[in-house]
Amino acid sequence: MRGIPVSALIGLAFVALYAFGAIFAGFIAPYGMAEVVGDVWEPASSAHLLGTDSIGRDLLSRIIFGGQTTIFVATAATILSFTVGSIMGLTAAVAGGWVDQFLSRFVDLIMSIPALIFALVVLSVMPVTLPVLIVVMGLLDATRVFRLSRAVAVDITVMDYVEAARLRGEGNRWIIFHEILPNALSPLVAEMGLRFIFMVLFISTLSFLGLGVQPPLADWGGIVKENKDGIVYGIPAALIPAFAIATLAISVNLVADWVLSRTASLKGGRDG
Amino acid sequence: MDDTLLDVRNLTIGATVYPPDAAPKDISIVHGVSFTLAKGRVLGLIGESGAGKSTIGLSAMAYGRGGVRITGGQVFLNGRDILQERAAGLRNLRGQEVTYVAQSAAAAFNPAMRLMDQVVEATVRHGLATRAEAEARAVQLFGQLGLPDPDSIGRRYPHQVSGGQLQRVMTAMALCPRPSLVIFDEPTTALDVTTQIDVLSAIKKAIQDTGVAALYITHDLAVVAQVSDEIMVLKSGKTIEHAQVRQIIEAPQQDYTRALVSVRSIDHTEKEPAAPLLRVDNMTARYPGVKLDVLKDVSVQIAPGQTLAVVGESGSGKSTLARVVTGLLPPSDGQITFDGRTLPAALDGRARDDLRELQMIYQMADTAMNPRHTVGTIIGRPLEFYFGLKGAAKRARVQELLDQIEMGKGFIDRYPAELSGGQKQRVCIARALAAKPRLIICDEVTSALDPLVADGILKLLLDLQAQEGVAYMFITHDLATVKAIADQIAVMHRGKVVRYGPKSQVLAPPFDDYTDLLLASVPEMKVGWLENVVASRKIESAGR
Repeated sequence: MRGIPVSALIGLAFVALYAFGAIFAGFIAPYGMAEVVGDVWEPASSAHLLGTDSIGRDLLSRIIFGGQTTIFVATAATILSFTVGSIMGLTAAVAGGWVDQFLSRFVDLIMSIPALIFALVVLSVMPVTLPVLIVVMGLLDATRVFRLSRAVAVDITVMDYVEAARLRGEGNRWIIFHEILPNALSPLVAEMGLRFIFMVLFISTLSFLGLGVQPPLADWGGIVKENKDGIVYGIPAALIPAFAIATLAISVNLVADWVLSRTASLKGGRDG
Repeated sequence: MDDTLLDVRNLTIGATVYPPDAAPKDISIVHGVSFTLAKGRVLGLIGESGAGKSTIGLSAMAYGRGGVRITGGQVFLNGRDILQERAAGLRNLRGQEVTYVAQSAAAAFNPAMRLMDQVVEATVRHGLATRAEAEARAVQLFGQLGLPDPDSIGRRYPHQVSGGQLQRVMTAMALCPRPSLVIFDEPTTALDVTTQIDVLSAIKKAIQDTGVAALYITHDLAVVAQVSDEIMVLKSGKTIEHAQVRQIIEAPQQDYTRALVSVRSIDHTEKEPAAPLLRVDNMTARYPGVKLDVLKDVSVQIAPGQTLAVVGESGSGKSTLARVVTGLLPPSDGQITFDGRTLPAALDGRARDDLRELQMIYQMADTAMNPRHTVGTIIGRPLEFYFGLKGAAKRARVQELLDQIEMGKGFIDRYPAELSGGQKQRVCIARALAAKPRLIICDEVTSALDPLVADGILKLLLDLQAQEGVAYMFITHDLATVKAIADQIAVMHRGKVVRYGPKSQVLAPPFDDYTDLLLASVPEMKVGWLENVVASRKIESAGR
């Protein structure tokens, strides 16, 4: 078995920790998510390991449940944006001509509007529920994935083996999924790690601004918002979810780097 | 003082390889090579790719490229061991005493700098001459190398001169600091034959005029025989044979050398003309957005089970002809008839059976196979696609095809990266064969391969033609290949077929001017061939 680099091990450990917390939140959280169990901004104690928040809820429980929401929304939005973005990007590259022009210019148009402002406008007229959040975030982010996958695929479509497939009479579907996708996977996987992080930041930003996950549901951006006033009084409650966001971002990237170096191996990258 | 310039003793060179599934390990590339080179002499280093010829050549500059390390032995240049030199000593050595001419001039020049600035840079930097003196020397060298407008060509940018001229400019760059040794690393390999001969004679003349010693690295024995005084044959990092040119060419001692000398001597008797399988009539084609016809009124025919060789230099339109026949580039005028039926011009309009019967093999086997598919998938896909074979039946047929291309068992689950160059091209042949085609278009299929490997591929293609009765349209710039394989020949020049007919007629006089030039430019395995050709050209031009 080949050795896993230390950086990837650290990343994997943190990712596993957060994933475990998110999946089993209901079992490991000491208190309920919205349960008021103490005074406002109690310091850390044996009863409340991280203290309590602005209205006396257990902060550790809030963080664990918040992680569940944040990670779920970010994952779902990333999957949506990759499915939509890469299929459209590869189609544009393979089809070429006016299909490519239409899709590319449309994506340029969307990208010319800042994503955050676009999201705020859409969410201010739509009911803010989790599915709506996921769809809005996923589709907005799909434009970035589209650009990357199209750029990668354009380089691959000029290879002789793609021409050989065309000469054989293969349809676009085969060319996209069998000839191009396996060769475009390495940069896409690396990008996926990065985009997941942007999704975490995106949902946290939206929640912080009040248009993301709605109370009483917890998420990390929302917890920062609820506790931000405490910073003035020297209460660190707002920094803990911020720390969680930062460590998640770094560790996912460490893992993505490692996956990238593995899939770039000459042997086709599907071994082991 | 004796006249030994370079004395290499028991040189060993190693590198570290990083296999994907194992720990890095050190391997040896060159195993104890020794030779000496006298002042003003030219030594040809010859061998197939991976023989270590470039690595040995670069060791004369105490340089190892891309992680290669000199692990043992001594290299004496003018009496001092340059492997013991420190960085400052090496800086004085490189670009001053020893200079280097690379294979791809186009990649070796900085496209944003004028030629003159690049040619005199090393000379001026080493403080060997003032800028003005160096430029005067460069202009003189440009003249010696037969470049047009020696006075002003230095003011041009690399993209403003042709590939052959750029190679000569690089030779001038190497000769400018008056080095005692020049390393030529395949300087003519990337050039057309008609250009190669000019560059070759320019290099030879410059070597004679300046009295410099040279290491000439190439895989083409016929080329090296023209410029060298002696030849060293290398294989897998070992010296096979080292002797005077005449002895190597006329009386080789080792089996490997004999094989190299007798390469391209496949005997192929021309088949009788027959009713055509493919007819291309009055074909004219241009690329979209370009107002220039790449093909002009081209008409050729191929009979079943026979080979049409399409010969020409780069830019002659021979690959475009292949693209038109396959339907990748619909022509602006003309008609393609295959087996009595007219083929739709564009790929989209063709029936699956039309596509099946007309297969293509590419020059670069590397890029013609999906690196993420196994050999079994690559050969199996046409079987599944055209014949609906699946599972065990497909696998059995793939193995059958592998046997047919002489690769046998154990390859079916490998990835292309785990194959050698010749094996990759064989897999591409098997993929084309899997479709049971009646015509295979071979686009320069042997030109990226070493001579002995290319010979094997040509023999395989001829055997397959005898077994399966498949016809070939064989596109190449190499006339030796044409002689080995063709029944019919079409010579192309600037988009037109200038000569067309059975091999015996096309390759027999009287010649048109272009075919004559092309035939005369193919290097022959003969000492003194270059002088004869150049001399006969001078007589011709004097007579005009």
